[in-house]
Order: sequence, then C-alpha cells, then structure tokens
Amino acid sequence: MIIAKNELPGLLDKLAAEYELFAPVKEGNYALFKQIKSGAEACFEYLNSKVPPKGVLFPQSEKLFSYQTTGEGTKMEEHIDSRKKLVFGIRPCDAKSLVLLDNVFNNDKYTDPYYMTRRENTLLVGMGCNDPASTCFCTSVGSGPFDSAGLDLLLTDTGDAYLVEAISEKGKALAAQMGLKAAAEDQKAAAAKAQEAARVNCRVNVEGLKARLDANFYDAIWERFHEKCLGCAACTYSCPTCHCFDIVDEAVDCDGCRVRNWDSCMFPLFTLHGSGHNPRTSGKERMRQRVMHKFKYFVDNFSAMACVGCGRCIKNCPVNLDIREIIADIQGEGRSDK
Amino acid sequence: MQKNPYLPLPVKLVKNFTETEDKLIHTFTFQYLSQEDEKSFPYMPGQFAELCVFGKGEAPFGIASSPTEPGFLKFSVAKVGVVSTALHLMEEGTICGVRGPLGNYYPVDQLKGKNVVIIGGGFAFTTLRSLITYMLEPKHRGDFGKITCIYGARNPGLLLYKEELDDWDKRDDINLVCTIDRPVDGWNKRVGFVPAVTKEVAPSSENSVAIICGPPVMIKFTMPELEALGFRPEQIIMSLENRMKCGIGMCGRCNVGNKYVCKDGPVFTKAELNLLPNEY
Repeated sequence: MIIAKNELPGLLDKLAAEYELFAPVKEGNYALFKQIKSGAEACFEYLNSKVPPKGVLFPQSEKLFSYQTTGEGTKMEEHIDSRKKLVFGIRPCDAKSLVLLDNVFNNDKYTDPYYMTRRENTLLVGMGCNDPASTCFCTSVGSGPFDSAGLDLLLTDTGDAYLVEAISEKGKALAAQMGLKAAAEDQKAAAAKAQEAARVNCRVNVEGLKARLDANFYDAIWERFHEKCLGCAACTYSCPTCHCFDIVDEAVDCDGCRVRNWDSCMFPLFTLHGSGHNPRTSGKERMRQRVMHKFKYFVDNFSAMACVGCGRCIKNCPVNLDIREIIADIQGEGRSDK
Repeated sequence: MQKNPYLPLPVKLVKNFTETEDKLIHTFTFQYLSQEDEKSFPYMPGQFAELCVFGKGEAPFGIASSPTEPGFLKFSVAKVGVVSTALHLMEEGTICGVRGPLGNYYPVDQLKGKNVVIIGGGFAFTTLRSLITYMLEPKHRGDFGKITCIYGARNPGLLLYKEELDDWDKRDDINLVCTIDRPVDGWNKRVGFVPAVTKEVAPSSENSVAIICGPPVMIKFTMPELEALGFRPEQIIMSLENRMKCGIGMCGRCNVGNKYVCKDGPVFTKAELNLLPNEY
C-alpha cells in the first residue's frame, strides 16, 4: 500500500478524529511526540525524537487514583485510560522498546493495568529510518532501521510517498480503514532500495557481553566509568526501555491523589533506606546497576537486552559518557585509554 | 485483568500501641472493614504490605500478625520517615490503607517435619513473630519439630511483644532464649550478643532450618556460628529489606542482581543469596 506525502496531512486529520493521535512535532531544534489535532502539526523531517514516545503508554507523571477521606471512610477512584490511541511515525527502535517493556509491566506475577490498558488500545505506525544517525546502533542490539517488532504498520519513505506494510492483524484493519491504495511495482522497488541503502554505521560488539557481566560485578573496571557522571539521569529519562518510577501522594486536606513519576537508578535517593543505609552508595554502584540492568539482569529475566540502540543516552549526556565505549571497555576492546 | 495492584484496601486503625521504651516503635493493629475485604487479603508469615496513610504516601512493612489470627492485621513500625511518622501520630479510628499481601513467604511447607531455629535481633522480629505464632497454633504445631528462638535486643525495653515472649517462655513446645547486650538491673536472663548466644545455645543443624532476621552486623557475625554448627547455605533462610515503591517488580529499585526483593523475595535462602551480588 502507499500513502502519497501530499495526502498525509488529510489522512492524519481523519485519524485524529477517531484516535488520540500522537506524532512527531517540531519543538525548537528537536522533535517530540505530542498529541496532534490536525495533520499539519506533524513533522517527519527529523532523525529521532528527543525523548522516546514511551510516555504515551507510561507518562512521565500520571495519576493512579484519587481519593477523598470523609467521616465514613475513603472513596477512591482509579484513573485507567482506555481511550483509543495511535502513535504515527514511531521509530522501529522505540516500538521495539515497548515490546521489551511489556515484560516488565506484565510480569510473571503482576499486571500493571495503567500501562497494559493503554498498550492494548494503542496502534503503532512505524516510520523506518532511511538515514540513521551517527549515534544509532540498533543493528548491534538485535534491531534495525526497518525492524517491524511491535509495529502494526511500517512506513518506508520513498521520496514523494510512503510505502506501507501491514505487520499485524490490527495493522491490516487500520490500513483497510484508511482506504490505502495498493502500491505500484516501482514504488515497492523504491522502498526496497531505500531499505537496502539505509546504513547503521556504528557497530557495538555485544557478543559474550552477558558472560563478562556475569563474572565482573566486583571488578575494578567499575571504578572508572562513573568518574565524570554528574548523576543527572538524562540517560535514563531519555531511554526508551527505562521504566523506573516513584510513587507519591499529592494531597490538600481530604482530597488527594496517588501519582507515579519517572525515577532513575542514577539518583542516590532511589535506593536510600529509612535507616540511612544505602545499598548503592556512590556513582560507581549506580552506573554498574544501569549497565548490569540493561545488559545482564534484563537478559537473565527476559532473554533480551534492555537496549534498542537509539543512541539517546549518548546524545543527551552532558559529559559525553558513551554507552558504546563502556561496552567496548567491558569487552576489553582497548578503549580504556580514553 | 486481575485487580488493580496499586489500589489499597481500606482498613481501620484500632490500636496504636507504643511497643518499645524508647517510643520509637509502635505496633499498629488494623481491622478490615468487611469480611469480603478480609477474604481478599490471604497472607502467609513473611509477606509484607504497603501501608498507606492517605495524604502522606505508602511504605512497605512486614506483616507481624499471623494468618492464624483472623480479623486483624498487625505491623510494628519504627519512626523514620514521612509515612511512619504520620502513623505514629495517628489517632485510633482513622482509616488507612493496606496494599498486598506482597512478596513470598517463609517456606512453611518445607519446614514441616524439621526443627526450626529462629534468630532475631532488634526490631527485625515482626515477620518472625508471625511465623512463630503460625507454628505454635495447635493445628500446626505438630507439623514441626523442635522450635528454638534466640531473640536479642540492646536492652529489655527494646524487646518487641514482651507479653507474648513471657507466654512463650512458659511453654514447653518452644525454647525461647532472650538476650540483651549488657547487664541491666532486674534482668535475670541471658546477657550477650546474638552471635555469642547462638554459639552457647548451639542448636543442632541436623534436620534443621535456621531463619535469621536482624541488623546486618548481627547477621554478619551470626552466619559463621551457624556454619560452625553445620548449617549449610540451603538450611539458612533470610528476609531482605530494600527501599520499595511498587512492591510488584516494576518500579526498579529493590533489585539485588537479577532478583527483585519485592516480587522474588523478600525471603531467600543463603544459598540463593550466595548467587547474587552483595548489594543489599
């Protein structure tokens, strides 16, 4: 199927009438996924959004329930969002991250109704990457610029149109609903050519990484990585697979609500006990936790790395810490002179 | 979809009791608002719950009551933070919330037919109280062999559940050894630190399981004594504590290695902990 670029705004207008529609929107020098009301607001001339669209399903701050205490007791009202949503233009790496997050929010014992309800009611229309950024390393961590994991539809930019592939049953239904025209052979060929031409130039060697992490928890190597880290958590906030959160009450008199907010393992308070004891006392332990969680613990628990190679933690780090260099260092690939 | 694991069950605070002489630990007794509520909260010794003070927040605490004591839930809480301070100041009759039960529990089925050695220190005696009460229940007592309990505190005023300790002391189906760190007038029982007392009491490791909860320093020095008595890592059970928020393995903070204390614990054998990094 095919969408001509000049038809896209009109198509998005229609989708916005039926779904809460999220698409990349230009904000200053970068793009962010925001809810749009008309197709004209969306902008697809960008590499990747500053912050991943995971917030559509797992908002940076969300009310879990509100409550009111009265003489007779407490009335609680839960805020589960079951509105139909559509994320248009999500990058394959970010879609893959949601497949990974499903393991966390629907684990062996519990289901998070907030995330999972949104997930079940959200369609993902992906936009493949013709021109990956220099910080992208998706192909090193089991993904790629046209990976369809987690997507309902995948779009490939062919210049003046987008070739549309239906990935899931839901995607097929959506394509039918949008009334998309069939693609001509030359359009299919143009898309195949674009997919083939897309190059992720950066390679990170993760082979055997897990085995090394299995054995190096107490090694001196961890003394070094955190040295210039400011503990600002930009890496975790901009990470599509990070899912840590805090839960707090916000209340005035008898009316209040319980809220969850993104949190980060890079903060000392994250693990501080009431007694004053802290199992992760310094940046060393916190950096080790971040790396171990992504490349060992997550693999132990869910047989996949909690990294999709989007490169945001590299781009957003104020002191240029680079996860690719950390991995290379752990792998003993001689970058320790840096 | 299962019930929303973030929603607390409303319960009424019926007793706010000052447990220790330093007044830093109170024991809170909560009553369910209905029988259905009670049915929706089936727990076992060793599990914990998030106690919620509306308007302040919630915090995780081990359940000190036993499932053999129907009608109420009990928690002993030290005053350290926002939620625990609000609890300490709370008037009886106030509606609070509990979320749970959370975590795994002491493996009572595996303890059947075995001698059980319980070692507790300070106020880490709450879920141990639950376990002892459970095992001493007439319908359960026959399931277990000899029960030995070594319980230490800095001074007599800091021992929890003093009336119950007196009751257990009088029974012949549990060997209770209470100890305090230094001699005090009026204390005619044992004096000494828990590791030394463990060595003196020397519970046999044969067909036995040791369950140990207490401050890290007590555990550190008691462990070699248990090993000297022949306890293997599989025979030693511990309960971990870590800062928690969700209690259901999602918020990411309480992990030790690849295990979440909230969801995969808090009860682990020493053998299991030996496979995890020493980060707790």
